[in-house]
Parts: sequence; C-alpha cells; structure tokens
Amino acid sequence: MTRVKTGVRAVGAVLVAVLGVTAGLTGCSSTGGKRAEDARKAAAAGGRAAVDTPRWTFGMVTHSGDGDTFWDIVRSGAKQAAVKDNIKFLYAHDDEAQQQAQLVDSYIDKKVDGIIVTLAKPDAMKGALARAEKAGIPVITVNSGSAESKKFGALTHIGQDETIAGEAVGEELNKRGKKKALCILHEQGNVGHEQRCEGAKKTFDGTMQNLYVTGTNMPDVQSSIEARLQTDKSIDAVVTLGAPFADTAVKAADSAGSKAEVDTFDLNEKVAAGLKSGDLGFAVDQQPYLQGYQAVDLLWLYKYNADVLGGGRPVLTGPQIITKDQAAELEEYAKRGTR
Amino acid sequence: MTAPAPAPSPAPDTKSDERLLKTSPLKRLLGRPELGSVVGAVAVFVFFSIVADSFLQATSLATVLYAASTLGIMAVPVALLMIGGEFDLSAGVLVTTSALISSMFSYQMTANVWVGVLVSLVVTLAVGVFNGVMLTRTDPPSFIITLGTFLMLTGMNLGFTKLISGTVSTKSIADMEGFTSAKDVFASTITIGGVDFKITIVWWLALIVVATWILLRTRVGNWIFAVGGGEDAARAVGVPVAATKIGLYMGVAFGAWISGQHLLFSYDTVQSGEGVGNELIYIVAAVIGGCLITGGYGSAVGAAVGALIFGMVSKGIVFAEWDSDWFKFFLGVMLLLATLLNHWVRKRAEATK
Repeated sequence: MTRVKTGVRAVGAVLVAVLGVTAGLTGCSSTGGKRAEDARKAAAAGGRAAVDTPRWTFGMVTHSGDGDTFWDIVRSGAKQAAVKDNIKFLYAHDDEAQQQAQLVDSYIDKKVDGIIVTLAKPDAMKGALARAEKAGIPVITVNSGSAESKKFGALTHIGQDETIAGEAVGEELNKRGKKKALCILHEQGNVGHEQRCEGAKKTFDGTMQNLYVTGTNMPDVQSSIEARLQTDKSIDAVVTLGAPFADTAVKAADSAGSKAEVDTFDLNEKVAAGLKSGDLGFAVDQQPYLQGYQAVDLLWLYKYNADVLGGGRPVLTGPQIITKDQAAELEEYAKRGTR
Repeated sequence: MTAPAPAPSPAPDTKSDERLLKTSPLKRLLGRPELGSVVGAVAVFVFFSIVADSFLQATSLATVLYAASTLGIMAVPVALLMIGGEFDLSAGVLVTTSALISSMFSYQMTANVWVGVLVSLVVTLAVGVFNGVMLTRTDPPSFIITLGTFLMLTGMNLGFTKLISGTVSTKSIADMEGFTSAKDVFASTITIGGVDFKITIVWWLALIVVATWILLRTRVGNWIFAVGGGEDAARAVGVPVAATKIGLYMGVAFGAWISGQHLLFSYDTVQSGEGVGNELIYIVAAVIGGCLITGGYGSAVGAAVGALIFGMVSKGIVFAEWDSDWFKFFLGVMLLLATLLNHWVRKRAEATK
C-alpha cells in the first residue's frame, strides 16, 4: 500500500512541477487574443424588449449535433428576436430523431405558447407535431422539411430548399467553367446533404462525385480529400457542405498540389476571410440567423396579430451566392456570430 | 493469459530451466504479438497497390502516413493501457478538450500561445490522473468510469466553449505570439525529396520507440504486463498496481495532448463538438495490432501497425475511387479481413513454437 501511495505522490509531484513551470511563464502575447477583441468591440447594444405584449414562451427544438456552428447562429438569431418581442426563449437539440421528438413532447407538456422545430427526419417528428396541434400550440418549421411542413400542420416553413441551393451551386460552377467537381459530405445519411449534392449534380454540366468524410475528425477529413485529389488530378472544384470544412479542404488541396477551387455551403468568419483572400471561390449562404430570427418573429406576429407569411408555401432564406465582392462586409458580421 | 515476459538478460549458465533456454531469432520473431498485424499490413498494402493506381505515389503514401499517424499517436498509448487491462472511452474527446484549453487559455489571457499549450498539458494530464485515481480507488470497471469522463468532457467542451467564447468554436489564435513556433512543433510539414510529410509522423514514431522501450526494457514495462495479466497476482508480488494504472492513463492523456495541439495548430480554430467516436477507432487500431481486449498481451509496434492498416484501408478506398456510399461497408470488410489474417498468422506462429 505504501508503494501505491508513493506512486500517487510521485504523480502529484510531477503535476505540481509542471504547473510551477507554467506559472513561471507569464509571457503575454502582444498580438491578437481577447484584449484585441475587447479593444475592437464597441459598446454593445442593450437588449431591451421593443413591445409590451405578454411574456410568451417559445420553445425551439433542432436536430443539431453538439457544438455545431451553424445552429449556434440560428439560435442567436432566435434569441435576438425573442429579446425584442418580449419572449421567453427555450432551446433544445438532439441529432437523434427520436430524442428530438421527445424534446418537442416535453415542450408541449410545459404548455409553451409556440414551438419552432426542424424536420430533418420528418417521419419521426410527425407524431410530435400532431400532438402540438391537438394542444393548440402553433408550430413553425425551420431549415429542413419544406415538403412536409404544411402536411404536418405547421403555420409556415422558413428555410432554404436544399435541392434549389444545390442547383445554384451547379450553375455557379458552370459559370466558372468547372469540369469535374467533388462534393464532400461530412455526415453520412443526412438527407439535406444528399439533396444538396444531388441538386448540384442536376445543373452542373461537368461530372460531380460524392466523397464521404468523418465530420467529427478533421485530420481524417483533410487526408481523405487529399487522397482523392492526389488520385484524380482533373478535379477542378471541391464543394464542402459546411463552413468549417472549407478551410480544411483548402489545406488538403494545397498539400495534394491540386489547383482545384474550393467552394462551400454556409458561412463563417473563416469562410468570409477565405473568400476575401481568394482561397475560396464562392459560398452559398442560407442565412441561418434569419431562420431563427424570422421563426420567433413570425410566431410572435401570429400570437399578436394572427399573421401568417408564405401563404402555405415555404419562405426561402437562401440560397444566396457570396463571392469576393461581399466578403469584406460579411466577414465583420460573421465575426460577431450573426452571419 | 500469460504475459510474454521479455528476457533481455544474457543467457544464464543453468541449462536445466526451460524458461531460460536460448531461442533462435526467427522463433523469437514469430512469437512477437505484432507479427500477425505486420502480415495484415503487407497484405493491405499489396492489395491497394494493385487496385488503386495512385496508391504507390510518394505523395499518396505521405497522405496515408499522415492519416495513420494522427490515429497512431493515440493508438500507441491506448494499446499500453489495454495491455495493462483497462479501457479509456474518454480518449477521443480528450483530444478536443486539450485543443480547446490551449486555444481558449491563450486567447482569453492574451498570453503567449506556449503558455496555453503548457496549461493544456497540465489539465489534460490531470484528466488522465482523474481517470486513473477514480479507477483504482473505486469499484466500477474502467469502461463505466471513462464513459462518465467521456460524457462529462463532451458536455464541458461545449459548455465552456460557449460560455467563454460565446460561440461553439474557438476564436482564431493564428495572429498571436508563439503561434508560428508552436505550429512548427505540432503541425508543420517536412519536405523530403519533394514530398511533404506531416510532423505528426515524427511524433508517432517517437511515441512508438518510447513506448516499446518502456514495455520491453524497463521495470515499468513488466509492471504493465503484470497488472494486465492478473491484477491480484501482480499486487501479491509487490507491483504498484494503482501507480501503474494511473501512469497508463496519463500516457493516454499525453497522447491526447499531442493530438489536440496538432488539431489546434493545423486548423487555428477548434470545433467543440469534435472527437466523439474516435476513441473506438483507437481501440480498434490497438486490437488489430494484436492487443488482447482482456489485457496482458500486445505491443506498441503492433498498435502502430494497426493504425497503419486503418490508415491504409480508409484512404485506400478513396484512392481506389470505390463508390463512396459503401465507404463504411468497405472499411468494415477490409478491417475484418486484415484482423482475421492477423489472427490466423498468430495462431500458426504459436503452433510452431
């Protein structure tokens, strides 16, 4: 037993020693970091409600996985609208369809005043939406499920039609004279992802192939794209389906010695910077901030004034093709997390 | 399970004891745990050299080695842990944790990037110590304990990142002091004969050498085999079981630290949701490489070869341009075949002993 204690103590001693070394290194960086950000930051706008309607509660349930940048922007749009509309905003997410449906159920049990939901796996959500309807809770669907939204009894659907967005990519690639493109899917089995690549294939005059990568493992994403570009030197365009993968694709093209142009769906700070510097060709934005913001605002309008937008048809927030021209302006907005 | 006690000592004068008999180098080679996996690796290599035209290019091989190294950096310490009879399900997410800590610490404190890197080392090792201490001081198996750590880390990665950065990914630290030198250490490329090799390959090789030395040439190595082979027996002969296990978890944490820093310095920003699922791949690589799930048997070289097989197969499928809808299926089939071949070779080798 004493032997064991000694071992534990030795381990502790090593830790303390390393900690000491670290504490000794009080070296500061004179560039970048939070200090620079704070310096940049002007006084933030105060979050006050603009209306005096009752404090309704809206719940939003998405199919987002943990730590997804895109959904973070949707959420901040919804939050911003909630502040303005005097709404108590609840948010939950789960990438498993069954769990997502259960989260909707629990909001129904809580008797919220409105529900915002995504229909990435429509069939699994059908029952939950029917229960919401029965309980008299208005529902707005966002992002995915434009075909099912009305059928399931939702007021409106706000989002981008993935096939149309894909078609826009195909057309843009034609315009740029591309001949052979690669569509990088970072989640196998995601219906929206398949639709994007299918749509692009439909309008693209050249050939387009799919490549699946493991989205949770960046080095794997990079080496897979690299491998494909090394195999086929005639590939002149790489399309990623999410902003974080665009930068990785650029690195992969670099180290594979490929001249392929990297284009992407969705936007973030880095994509905006990449567009500005010319590393990226174009980005297809579906304006996630707008999806969240509009959903809350339209629910509020419905509660307040029985307004419905879209006339039973989806309200499209995209696709918006972004190129070098708009990049500088959008980089600023992406930096604050709203684009 | 009997531990293949390595006997580096010169042949003794007592010829009567069969354990001390001199064995021929060939026989000793056949008895090594990694033999089967090496045969499997050669088979996979030959296979893809034939079916994929571009597989044999130097640049392609560099890509395969990169894929294998990012996996192997974790597979080697995970293999040691498995030889010691334990699992670590938190290893995949710990990589992300480690990257997040360095990035956020440097950014929030506006500190030199190296300070963040060292803080990350301390915290990451502390998670390893936590796993080890929890395991040795309580009853539940490592499976459950590290599953708990896995879930906690997954939540904390997200929660803390959101709390501190306001978004789910970290801010870019590419313009901060120390970034360039740290990038050189963790994420640079070395050009040999016009081919770019990632520095992770060097880290990987270094880890293989250190781990092999520990296993075969030091007392600690004997302890690892002993605690994996039979904990009670090991304790009875005076092996510091708890310290050995805590040390093994710290080894995994160290690997996670290297991988995490590589992640950070190659991509500038880190997504907080990454890493989930990778822990199983590390274990798979170790098992392909000849580690027994029950502990007490295996080698660092084997785990490295396991990682190489995984890297060759996963990239080979891409090089071969097989229909990507079936990617996971192909991956599964190839791994199963490599493992079965590995198993068969080892059985034959043991039979001839």
